Amino acid sequence: MFRDARLRRASQLEGQDLRLIQTLILRRREAPSRRMQAPMFTEPGPPMAFYFVQFLTGLASAASLFLVASGLSIIFGVTRIVNFAHGAFYMLGAYVAFTLTERFSGALGFWGGIVVAALVVAAVGVLVEMVLLRRIYHAPELFQLLATFGLTLMVQDIVVLIWGPDDLLGRRAPGFKGAVDFFGQNIPSYDLFLIALSPVVLGVLWLLFQRTRWGVLVRAATQDRDMVAALGVNQKWLFTSVFALGVFLAALGGALQIPRDAVHHALDLRIIVEVFVVVVIGGLGSIIGAFVAAVLVSELNAFGILIFPKISIILVFLVMAVVLIVRPWGLFGKPEAAARRTPGLTVNPWRPLTSGERSMSIGTLVLAAMLPLFAGNYALTVGSEIAIFVIFAASLHFLMSVGGLASFGHAAYFGLGAYGVAFLAKAAGLPMVVSLLLGPVLGLLGAAVFGFFAVQLSGVYFAMLTLAFAQIIWSIAFQWVTVTGGDNGILGVWPDRWASSPSSFYWLSLAVAALVVTVLRVIVFSPFGFALRATRDSPLRSEAVGINGKRVQWTAFVISGAVAGIGGALFAYLKGSVFPDSVGISLSVDALVMVLLGGVETVSGAVIGAIVFKAANIWLVSQTDLSKLVLGGFIVLMVVAFPKGIVGTLEMLRNRRRSTDTKSALATSQVEVAE
Amino acid sequence: MSVAPTLLSVDGLSKSYGGVHAVRSVSFELRAGEILALIGPNGAGKSTCFDMLNGQNMPDSGRITLLGEDTVGRKPRAIWRLGVGRTFQITATFPTMTVRENVQVALVSYGRQLFNLWGSTAAYARGEAGRLLDLVGMGAYAERPCGELAYGDLKRLELAIALANQPRLLLMDEPTAGMAPRERIELMRLTARIAREQSIGVLFTEHDMDVVFEHADRILVLNRGSLIAEGSPEEVRGNREVRAIYLGEGLVYDARHREGAGA
Repeated sequence: MFRDARLRRASQLEGQDLRLIQTLILRRREAPSRRMQAPMFTEPGPPMAFYFVQFLTGLASAASLFLVASGLSIIFGVTRIVNFAHGAFYMLGAYVAFTLTERFSGALGFWGGIVVAALVVAAVGVLVEMVLLRRIYHAPELFQLLATFGLTLMVQDIVVLIWGPDDLLGRRAPGFKGAVDFFGQNIPSYDLFLIALSPVVLGVLWLLFQRTRWGVLVRAATQDRDMVAALGVNQKWLFTSVFALGVFLAALGGALQIPRDAVHHALDLRIIVEVFVVVVIGGLGSIIGAFVAAVLVSELNAFGILIFPKISIILVFLVMAVVLIVRPWGLFGKPEAAARRTPGLTVNPWRPLTSGERSMSIGTLVLAAMLPLFAGNYALTVGSEIAIFVIFAASLHFLMSVGGLASFGHAAYFGLGAYGVAFLAKAAGLPMVVSLLLGPVLGLLGAAVFGFFAVQLSGVYFAMLTLAFAQIIWSIAFQWVTVTGGDNGILGVWPDRWASSPSSFYWLSLAVAALVVTVLRVIVFSPFGFALRATRDSPLRSEAVGINGKRVQWTAFVISGAVAGIGGALFAYLKGSVFPDSVGISLSVDALVMVLLGGVETVSGAVIGAIVFKAANIWLVSQTDLSKLVLGGFIVLMVVAFPKGIVGTLEMLRNRRRSTDTKSALATSQVEVAE
Repeated sequence: MSVAPTLLSVDGLSKSYGGVHAVRSVSFELRAGEILALIGPNGAGKSTCFDMLNGQNMPDSGRITLLGEDTVGRKPRAIWRLGVGRTFQITATFPTMTVRENVQVALVSYGRQLFNLWGSTAAYARGEAGRLLDLVGMGAYAERPCGELAYGDLKRLELAIALANQPRLLLMDEPTAGMAPRERIELMRLTARIAREQSIGVLFTEHDMDVVFEHADRILVLNRGSLIAEGSPEEVRGNREVRAIYLGEGLVYDARHREGAGA
């Protein structure tokens, strides 16, 4: 829908063959900026000049990335929150700047508009900090990531409500409209401005943190918040001001992009993934790290596109992998000190189902199996989809609750399973049973490779890395058109005749879901399950009783990825097709919400969470165009008001009846002592 | 006692951080069934020493021979597999499990069943876990959630976990820190009894001199990273240097103690 606008603009600017531009625009999604490719299509100049121009283009792209990443790092340093909504603030900055620069003409209107836009968005950030974040500073990081992701979802719909779904093309910067000729190569002068800007911002930030009282307080708080509070500093306002500065930088980064790039409502996720890659490489909390890594990533993108035009993101991934092996906390980062309580930590030990509960579960399953007797085809298709998402949610729940590893990119393994099936069924023409068995192997392999790196980290780093991995898989699915069909996906993945009727496919999905949930439960209570929980509860103690924690976690990651792949395999057959969406961030976050909704501290809460969430989601999408706004609001509300989820809350109520409140309060305090 | 085999022999162990010599050429030996206390003011290098023995920290130089094997550079879990039990200054247990499950995890690991996906942990070595808990006087608490235990009980649970691999050597970092005086003495009596019965060597650090002098067979005194005295409790108590820098009294004690703490 918004491709037309880009095409129009592109043809005005470059005046090139439309087909070339079309490929260029398609690639643009993977690269930070369309302008990056521009030199490729100008007159062939001396090779050295060409590479130099490409280098400068990379530097220019690094400017925005640095602004956003440094904002994220500053916020994290003090508040320990990884602000997922940072991409949303970046996007808001671009939109507000667009409106202001259109309304007010002249150089003052433009530059004033940019700065005012960043200030306006920073004010929104202050509001968000005071209303939402202050309530969740002490929550586990998973909840903070989710709440800020909920915000991101809300902003996506709000932006479309206000500015509409089409791409907006901003003004060019007064005074920087032309291009500088460099041995026959054109360098947009605005790029030169951006290149000069980032060192200036770096310098200003350095002065701010080294030379002002406020900066000293921020640095002190970065090292020890509690001590700063104990010294009588008003922490609330320190946090708020830091958040405001971080958001200001993000919004400024967005606003400065409008002369280079169209403004659209998918900017947020694109930038946040790149920013996560930047802070993982540079080290969270380090501004200089953000600078170096932003330049590195942008240059890798700029040159990667020349080396691997189809899958340029591979290069960034390889560098990230190397950095993680050599310095797991990033080039300039410091190892995280004691982590907060992992999300899975509860005081009440898990126990297997009682015989009564077991018969009840079997009874429910039998009831569910009777659905085809009275439900129509649509209901059965919805039922199959819910069963598939039970599998997916259960796989993530296993990793998160039992393993304490909150993956923000679990859709990668779901999607790999789906693509695995599509390859086998379409390309190799294998029968459905064989594809269903072998398809998930792709999910397993992906989990084995990425899991190996991911389990080297924990907490927010783990979350960011899994997200980045998933985005890499998404990019490959999207860009490697000859194999994956790109945006058009792979069509015609239909089940064999025995499973083709809605009722038989429903039974198949239900049976697999029941099997998967049962097997995962058995694993939870197996020796391996205990080893995994031991690693989550106390890395120190588990190592001291001979447990190789990384290997245990890696195994859990592989199991979880394989199970997610099973869900994806069924999903491909249910839909008859596979699209890059099956690997997308929103699917990963859906899974997180399902787990959270069911209760992260429970053994099998994800089952309930998946049923409730998926049913509500399908209904919601049919009822409103603003499903993201509603879903985002729901996530935020859930994190703030309902963090234990459905099953967790039920269990809490039951336990409260058993023991008095004072006793559990005592228990909580002792857990903290024990840590 | 002299016929007992050497469990642990440390030779010329050194570690420095930047310019600070945390541990300077420390050598000692520990024999089976012997209870050896490592004492010294704060900052003397006790914990650094301990972490190096346990594999959490790499020495700059020196040799550590544990049960006949050179363990420098080995991971804590590998050292545990040699037959070394460990307790921590601040207890490290699994708060989301029951008391019995805490011990069972260690037994699962000892039985090399960590990657068994299909068995039932509840049934695994249930009797052995109960026996270990009875040994430390925690049998009655076996089904209690570990997170609900009082601190003294956590310490005893940790001891049961540390005994799960039938260790020949126990490394206990301030085993009685954070406990009430009565509990301290009980815990150390229990440890000493188990060590004597099973001929386990014990190396522990401790600040409470009552505990040290009552239970240690031998005492090592560290100050600023160097071993300044070694001997029976009587010998150490009578050592003038030790008295001056550590047990001493009045102004001398205060001044030196502060210096030690700063190091």
